[in-house]
Amino acid sequence: MNANWQVIVPLIAFLVLMFLVGMYTARAARGSEGFLQDYFLGGRHLGGFVLALTMVATYGSASSFIGGPGIAYNMGLGWVLLSMAQLVTGYFTLAVLGKKFAIIARKINAVTLIDFLKARYESKWVVILAAASISIFLFSATAAQWVGGGRLIESFTGVSYGVALFIFSFSVLVYVIAGGFRAVVITDTLMGIVMFVGTLVILAGTIIAGHGVPTIIHKLSIENPNLITPFGADHSLSPLYVSSFWLLVGIGVVGLPQIAVRAMSYRNSKAMHQAMIIGTFVVGFIMLGMHLTGVFARVVMPGITVGDKVMPLLALKVLPEWLAGIVLAAPLAAVMSTVNSILLIVSSSIVKDVYINYIKPDASEAHIKKLSFSVTAAIGVLVFLAAIKPPDLLIWLNLFSFGGLEASFIWPVVLGLYWKRGNASGALSSILVGVLSYIALDQFYPNAFGMHTVVLPVLLSLIAYIVGSLLFAKKHPLSELL
Amino acid sequence: MDHRFKISRREAWLGTGLAVLNFVWWYAFAYGLGSKPVKEYTYILGLPAWFFYSCVAGFLLFSFLVFLMVTFLFKEVPFDEPEEKEKERVR
Repeated sequence: MNANWQVIVPLIAFLVLMFLVGMYTARAARGSEGFLQDYFLGGRHLGGFVLALTMVATYGSASSFIGGPGIAYNMGLGWVLLSMAQLVTGYFTLAVLGKKFAIIARKINAVTLIDFLKARYESKWVVILAAASISIFLFSATAAQWVGGGRLIESFTGVSYGVALFIFSFSVLVYVIAGGFRAVVITDTLMGIVMFVGTLVILAGTIIAGHGVPTIIHKLSIENPNLITPFGADHSLSPLYVSSFWLLVGIGVVGLPQIAVRAMSYRNSKAMHQAMIIGTFVVGFIMLGMHLTGVFARVVMPGITVGDKVMPLLALKVLPEWLAGIVLAAPLAAVMSTVNSILLIVSSSIVKDVYINYIKPDASEAHIKKLSFSVTAAIGVLVFLAAIKPPDLLIWLNLFSFGGLEASFIWPVVLGLYWKRGNASGALSSILVGVLSYIALDQFYPNAFGMHTVVLPVLLSLIAYIVGSLLFAKKHPLSELL
Repeated sequence: MDHRFKISRREAWLGTGLAVLNFVWWYAFAYGLGSKPVKEYTYILGLPAWFFYSCVAGFLLFSFLVFLMVTFLFKEVPFDEPEEKEKERVR
């Protein structure tokens, strides 16, 4: 694809807007609660609308806009059905972590998920293991998103991958470093809006180009009747397999640190209530709309072999060019908003959870500040280097970063909140069993019993948590926190 | 126990209950109606009925149920530490 200015101009306008927002919020980010709280948490001031959109934007990544619809294009309505397992993320995470997480986070002045684990379990090893797990899994997840961001810019603008990657990294880093969490949530909110509008526009454009829904469905059923069944074009989507995604991309999201940290950053319970309502609607709309568009694209643009190209090509075909530029900003927005929150989580777990906790507890504010900026920048540069020519290990790690994090954290967080007798031994065994069994099953017995690989490790880590806690109950006094 | 924690526990169960309902609705329509031979499919707004009920209607219905649940069943509580007097009053 050659450079296409009518597409590039709206895209650049979008990047510049994000840049300005980052700079502006950076100046506003001198709150009263100290640098750490402000930089990594935005000072617990999120309102309902912002909270909802920042959760949606963090969660919705390249896969929601590019990968997912590309698979739906090949699989048919069965894949849209699968993607709707994500509707529950809109309300489940906030309902379960809920007020208790927010109250406790305030009580112990927690800024990260690990702060909570530290106060709850009072164990150095839980903290170190958790920080390691977050850094490894999230670093690889970020790098993969970074590659996706570079590829997106490359395919819309026609510049080379290296240049595209540089533009992408530069713009992400500038506002993450300049603005911290507050800049990230504000840009997330804008990106959430772009994602929502982009979905609406491209779905409408595709339906019009395909002469209405009944015509499209009819043509699909003539091509291959399986496309309009819940079982997938090749009949490979069994009910059990599809249902197991409720754990991976639905309720398991409770265990993702970048989501959990948002569940402690809101202003009051009213904000949380609003966020559940708005978030459910927005996430449902985006998932349904984007994946359905992917299926409809099969009729409008038959014969695309590379799934990832479906959405970019479709946008250019069914929309006027300037509008395509805006719609294509949606996946870029999704990638950037996922990346910037992850970047912040990784640097916070290094600076706050490890450095301040165990290396230099008496570090001065100015020192912490300098360190936070430089660690964030250093990670950004590392990710950039990793993304230029991604090593195989990275691709492998990214494949299960989602499930790996869920298997590590879901029980230490959820049972840590609600089960008084849960303790450090339980949490340690849960994290170890979760991660190790996930890696082992992924290697030797993927999709065990016809379910996604994540299911068994989550069950095993639950057992490990309970058994570990009960077995070593005498070693640990009951936590005062609950 | 802090009374706010009881509210929180209740709401966590409510959220879990809604998620279970959501799953049942989604599964029952998708595989209940969708397992028929394609020739016997009925269509609503051009979409196969199983898909319409499971994904489109399910999305709208559960968005609305979240609204109802949050509005009528969830309680607003203060997040900052209550003063001693308030604690007494609550007890």
